[in-house]
Amino acid sequence: MKELAVLSGKGGTGKTTVMAALSRLAQGAVLADCDVDAPNLHLLISGDTVEEHGFTASRVATLDASRCTRCGLCAEACRFDAIRLDGPSIDRLSCEGCDLCARLCPVEAIAMRDRTSGRWAMTRTADGMMFHARLEPGEGNSGKLVTLLKRRAREHALETSAALLLVDGPPGTGCPAIAALSGADAALLIAEPSQSGKADIERILALCRRMNVPPMMAINRWDLHPGMAEELEELAREEKVPMLGRIPFDEGVHRCAASGRVVDAGPAGRAIGELWTSLQGFLRD
Amino acid sequence: MRIAVASGKGGTGKTLVSVNLSAAAGLDLADLDVEEPNAFLYFGDGSSTIVPVSRPVPSIDEGSCDLCGECARVCAFNALVRLPQRIRVHEELCHGCGACARLCPHQAIEEVDHEMGVLISTASGERRLVYGRLNIGEANAVPLIKAVKASLAPGRTVLMDCPPGTSCNMVEAVRGSDYAIMVAEPTPFGAHDLALALDVLERLEVPHGVAINKAGMGGVDIAAMCAARGTTVLGAIPFSRDIAQRHAQGRSLMDRPEDRRTFLGLWGAVMKEMRP
Repeated sequence: MKELAVLSGKGGTGKTTVMAALSRLAQGAVLADCDVDAPNLHLLISGDTVEEHGFTASRVATLDASRCTRCGLCAEACRFDAIRLDGPSIDRLSCEGCDLCARLCPVEAIAMRDRTSGRWAMTRTADGMMFHARLEPGEGNSGKLVTLLKRRAREHALETSAALLLVDGPPGTGCPAIAALSGADAALLIAEPSQSGKADIERILALCRRMNVPPMMAINRWDLHPGMAEELEELAREEKVPMLGRIPFDEGVHRCAASGRVVDAGPAGRAIGELWTSLQGFLRD
Repeated sequence: MRIAVASGKGGTGKTLVSVNLSAAAGLDLADLDVEEPNAFLYFGDGSSTIVPVSRPVPSIDEGSCDLCGECARVCAFNALVRLPQRIRVHEELCHGCGACARLCPHQAIEEVDHEMGVLISTASGERRLVYGRLNIGEANAVPLIKAVKASLAPGRTVLMDCPPGTSCNMVEAVRGSDYAIMVAEPTPFGAHDLALALDVLERLEVPHGVAINKAGMGGVDIAAMCAARGTTVLGAIPFSRDIAQRHAQGRSLMDRPEDRRTFLGLWGAVMKEMRP
C-alpha cells in the first residue's frame, strides 16, 4: 500500500479538488480528509457513514467556584492565561490541559475533565472508504485528530488490501501538516502560480525534506500567471522535484463544486487525468 | 484598535484584503499567519529588523536528578520520558506549561529557550508591518502568534492578517480583536468554511462582518447566507483575472483607481460598523 499526501503550504490552491479527482481515477483507494478544521472533501464525495465517533484527546480544567478561595496560585502558574480570578473562571479555549493548576490548587477546586473536541467518521463512498473528521469550532488538537484519522485509514487500507491511501492535507506547516505528512510515501504538492504560492511551496518543500517524504509537484490554474508558473517549474528543477503536471484554470471546476461533483472532464479534468498517469511510476515502485 | 482579517478556508484572499486595505487606508499591518507569512511580499524591500522568538523547554540537571520520574508523570504532553539512565526531553512535544520544572521534587529542571521562529518588523513609508515566521518543523505556532501580537504598538490601528482554519492558530489570532473582517469566496467550500469560522467568532464574541472576494465566481450566494445568519456584508471585490494576476505578481492593487475605491469603500463599511 502506498500513501500519498496532497499538500500545498498555501490554502486554496486546489488540494481537495485534485485529491477528489484522483480518488475517482484510482478506483478503490482509501481516502482521508486531514484538513480537520475546515474539511471539504465530503462536499465532493459523499456516501453512507458506517461509523462515527467523538474525539477526545486531551483534558480541560474546570473550576468549582464555591470551593475556590481566590488565592491566585493557579492563575500565576498558568502559562496560557486561561484562568480569570474575577468570576473565577477558566477559559476552555485557552486551556491546554496541562493539569498544573489542578495539581497546585490547595483546596482541590480544580478538576480535569475529558475534552471532546470533535468527531470523526468512516463513510463508504463510490470512490472508496473515506475517513473524515471535524473539530468543534475553536478547538485544538488538530494534529492528534489527523494522526488518529490516518491510523484508522491505514488500518482499513491494510485490511482491505487497498493499493493507495490518499491524504488531503491542511494548509500550513504546523502540527496538522506535520501529522498529515508523517509516514507518507510521497507528497504531491499543489502549487499556485503566485509569489505567495511560491513562498509557501518553498516552506512545505523544506518540511518534506526534513521529514524525509519525497515531494512531487503539480501547478494548478497555471495559466492565470504563466510567468509565475515558469518560476515554479524552475524551482522544481533546482530542487530536483518531479513536476507531474499543469492544470489550467477552468470555470467547469466551479460548476462541479457547486453541484457537488468531482472534476472528471473538461480541460482541468483532462489535465488531472494526465497527472494520474504521471503518478503511475510512483505507485508501481 | 485591532482588526482581524480571517476566513476559515485558505486562499480566499485574506492577504489580498489585508495588504490593499492597509495601503488604501494607511494602516499598519501584522501578519499572524506565521506558518505561511506572505504580506511581506507586498511591502517592498525596506530595511527590516529580525528578532528570534523562543519558547521555554525543560533542561535536566543530571547532577541533581535522581530519576524519580515525577516530571514524566506530570507532563500531559508526553514530552518527558524516563529512561533507565536519564530523562529524555522531546522538545517538539513540549507545550511550555512549566509543570515539570515547578513540580520536580529536586529542583533539577531549569527551563531554557528553544528558538521557534523570528519576529520581523519592516515599514513601507508610514505604514509598519510586523510578522512572524515559524521555523520549519515547529508544530505549535501559538506562542509565536502571541509574540507578534505582544509586539504591536498600542494606540495604533492595525490590521491583522490571520491564519486559515478554525483551530488554535486562528483562535489565538482573532481573540481579543475589536473587529474581524471575514473574507469569503462564493464557492461551496468557501461557504462551508465561512460558517465554521463565523461560529468561532461568535464563540469568542468578536464583532464581525463579511467581505466577499472573487464575487461573481463559484455560484454560491454568500450575501443570502449572511442575511440568514444576521451577519453584515461589508462589501465585495469582483472576480477578475486582472486583479488575480496583479496580486499573484506581488503587486499592490492601488494603481487602479477603481480598485482603490473598492478598498476605501470596504474600509468605510468597517468604520461604520465599529462606530458605537
